Amino acid sequence: MDPRYESLYEALKNVHGYIYPNEISLTWSILIVEYPYITGLVAGAFILASLNRVFKIKALEPTYIISLLTAFAFLLVATMPLISHLGKPLRFWEIMITPHSTSAMAIFGFVYLWYLMIVLLLEIWFDYRYDFVIWSREKKGVMKYVYKILTLGAMGTSEKDLKWDKKIGYFITVVGIPSAFLLHGYVGFIFGSVKANPWWSSVMMPVIFLFSAMVSGIALVLFVYMGINFIRKKVQNMPTLDSIGKYLFYILIIDFTLESLDQIHRIYEANESFEILSMLVSGKLFFTLGIMQITVGTLIPLLILGFFQFFKPADKIRRIAYFLISIFVLTGVFFMRWNVVIGGQLFSKSLHGFTTYNLGFGGQEGFLMALFWMIIPFGILAFLLWLLPPWKKAVH
Amino acid sequence: MNLKTEKSSRRQFLNTVALLTGGLLVSSVTKPFNGLLAASNKPEGNEPWYGIGIDIEKCIGCARCANACKEENDVPREPFYFRSWVEQYTIKNNGEIIVESPNGGIDGFSQSVPDEDIFKSFFVPKMCNHCSKSPCVQVCPVGATFESKEGVVLVDSNYCIGCGYCVQACPYGCRYIHPEKKTADKCSLCYHRISKGIAPACMEICPNDARIFGNLRDKEGELVKFLKEHTCHVLKPEMNTGSKLFYNALNQEVK
Amino acid sequence: MPQQIKKLLIVFTIIFGIFFIIKYALKPKSFGEFGHYRGLAIIENENKQVKYVGTEACNDCHDDIVSYKKEGPHVNLQCEVCHGPGYLHIQDPETNKLIIPSKREKCGICHQKNAARSENNITQVNLKEHNVENKCIDCHKAHNPYEFKD
Ligand code: SF4
Ligand code: SF4
Ligand code: SF4
Repeated sequence: MDPRYESLYEALKNVHGYIYPNEISLTWSILIVEYPYITGLVAGAFILASLNRVFKIKALEPTYIISLLTAFAFLLVATMPLISHLGKPLRFWEIMITPHSTSAMAIFGFVYLWYLMIVLLLEIWFDYRYDFVIWSREKKGVMKYVYKILTLGAMGTSEKDLKWDKKIGYFITVVGIPSAFLLHGYVGFIFGSVKANPWWSSVMMPVIFLFSAMVSGIALVLFVYMGINFIRKKVQNMPTLDSIGKYLFYILIIDFTLESLDQIHRIYEANESFEILSMLVSGKLFFTLGIMQITVGTLIPLLILGFFQFFKPADKIRRIAYFLISIFVLTGVFFMRWNVVIGGQLFSKSLHGFTTYNLGFGGQEGFLMALFWMIIPFGILAFLLWLLPPWKKAVH
Repeated sequence: MNLKTEKSSRRQFLNTVALLTGGLLVSSVTKPFNGLLAASNKPEGNEPWYGIGIDIEKCIGCARCANACKEENDVPREPFYFRSWVEQYTIKNNGEIIVESPNGGIDGFSQSVPDEDIFKSFFVPKMCNHCSKSPCVQVCPVGATFESKEGVVLVDSNYCIGCGYCVQACPYGCRYIHPEKKTADKCSLCYHRISKGIAPACMEICPNDARIFGNLRDKEGELVKFLKEHTCHVLKPEMNTGSKLFYNALNQEVK
Repeated sequence: MPQQIKKLLIVFTIIFGIFFIIKYALKPKSFGEFGHYRGLAIIENENKQVKYVGTEACNDCHDDIVSYKKEGPHVNLQCEVCHGPGYLHIQDPETNKLIIPSKREKCGICHQKNAARSENNITQVNLKEHNVENKCIDCHKAHNPYEFKD
């Protein structure tokens, strides 16, 4: 037997009920799970940074630049899982050259570029422009020119220039918040607009994606912030952690409410697809949805964070708790994406049966590839932190 | 910017704006709903506007159509890829519905339910519906899936990027990603045959003439006659796909 | 205008310029000819190989069998239903032989008794009971199955 088809024959044996024959091979694999996950991390981290800037929350200030750089590092990678999943990855440019205006996926390319080029890059640039100028004066050798190029020739350091930096930066932040909403709401729309799939097709999808994105982004910033402090052997700033925790708590509540609303709505409406979806949730998705997404990713963090709103155990305990919570939430949101993407393909559109998904190890759509795209952004982040160290920024 | 010199990109930009502001939503809602006979709802033009009729009462479930389709169109022989397949429905006396399609029916069907328990049993051949409001065309990001002027939904395998969005969007499971070409594949209504005036392979091979294809604009034609003489339904009318595959004697259990 | 904006405008103009040049250069020539797709794709789809050639082509050489088949219930059956696509065979009949199916299961694909098949449409036998030891074509003539071999 051709080894290429082995896992498909295996899946064929595990079909329950009837599925359309073309549905045995799942078209969207773990890489498509990762794509909304990473995009969500970006949007979430950016929104945290913007909240901080627009509402001037003192305690969050140490995370501001870190959130931006994290968002940037992940955004650079965000489309890579999508591209590497394509049957013809080398044709990906067609999306930009001949975008089809009725396709959510095509328009996403432009939403993405808007966000990358106009919002995130510019915001970071305005934040760092003054430092680029300073550094290009201080540094020697190649780095001198690198920073010089990064200034794009805007070398002014007068009061007025700095004021413009601030002003435009602020403006971009204000534009950026709806853009971040758009970016991730749009990813939700890619799924929510597929009317053929009752598990996806829901007007709530963009909203749910958005709030789970914020949840995951905040958790990621928490994780990165603690990680950086740990590596640099700096003390964790407890007020900062506490206030990130507080926001995580609030958004998590909204997120959980919205998701429950969606499910309750489905259950109460109980339309034609209800039987198969309830079998899906209680069967094939029980572990990833019931345990990982809801219990580990939502309920446990909610309980602990809720407890912290009223009682404050010792710093050390809170530190460990925050760190664990960030990992729990990140895992939970990953499985939320999993449940949407993989879950939506596990049942047949004939509503008569189920198939299974085998995650391969190697190969174009295997575990290693997925892991690779998860690690890369951290590498980029490390590079960015080296190139643009937030702790060496001039106060201005 | 060069927007002025690039007319098409300006149009694209406007389209984008329209999409983002929900223009798309409005335009798809304002089209009149015509679930029963999309046959009478076709765009202006003189070219043929193709549709398909399948007579379930005549189908003997030999799945020679599915087999011929694979041969004619280089569909992989593995049981995971079909442009055309046949399902066997068996409704038991206790109301349970059993659907089977082992290898799309190509190796023959066997009845797993003993005769005395059977309330009703029948075959349903499936293929692309060549939807006139096709979700697969709508979602393709690069225009690699499109509707020809004759109403045939085609794939441009030299341009498809293999993203699989169309596979997700088709409510009928009619598409797959070709394991060798790595691009989307589906029934082309044997465009290479009908454009030369020959019937599609599955229609030519059907031993009992259960499948017909024809021009919906031709009021005297075979297909229009078939539609007039039989009570025909499309699959999943609630999806409003503008399906142009009409079944005679379609049970509502069929999805 | 602040200098930052000036510099950024320059950079963005360059980027957009490059984008539109690339867009122009890469866009396939026939794209948009009839709609949002490559016009050439229509021709590529048209040009695929026709593989089922039809009974008339068989009749060119095997007219004896074709007319014999017309005498029996298989009258409407295309030759290629059982023998497979003939496009290579008609080009070079010697090297490209067609299938001659002989297994019971092959006949059963159409004629196996099944509650889903209507008796009006097709003659059915229960392959598990009917003369199990032999091939169908040991007795029946495949091209006219109600005639029997001696
Ligand atoms: S049946 Fe599916 S593949 Fe065919 S046109 Fe409709 S949506 Fe597209
Ligand atoms: S797989 Fe190909 S045809 Fe289908 S949506 Fe993607 S690019 Fe279009
Ligand atoms: S029309 Fe052609 S491509 Fe479509 S199902 Fe029939 S044989 Fe296959």
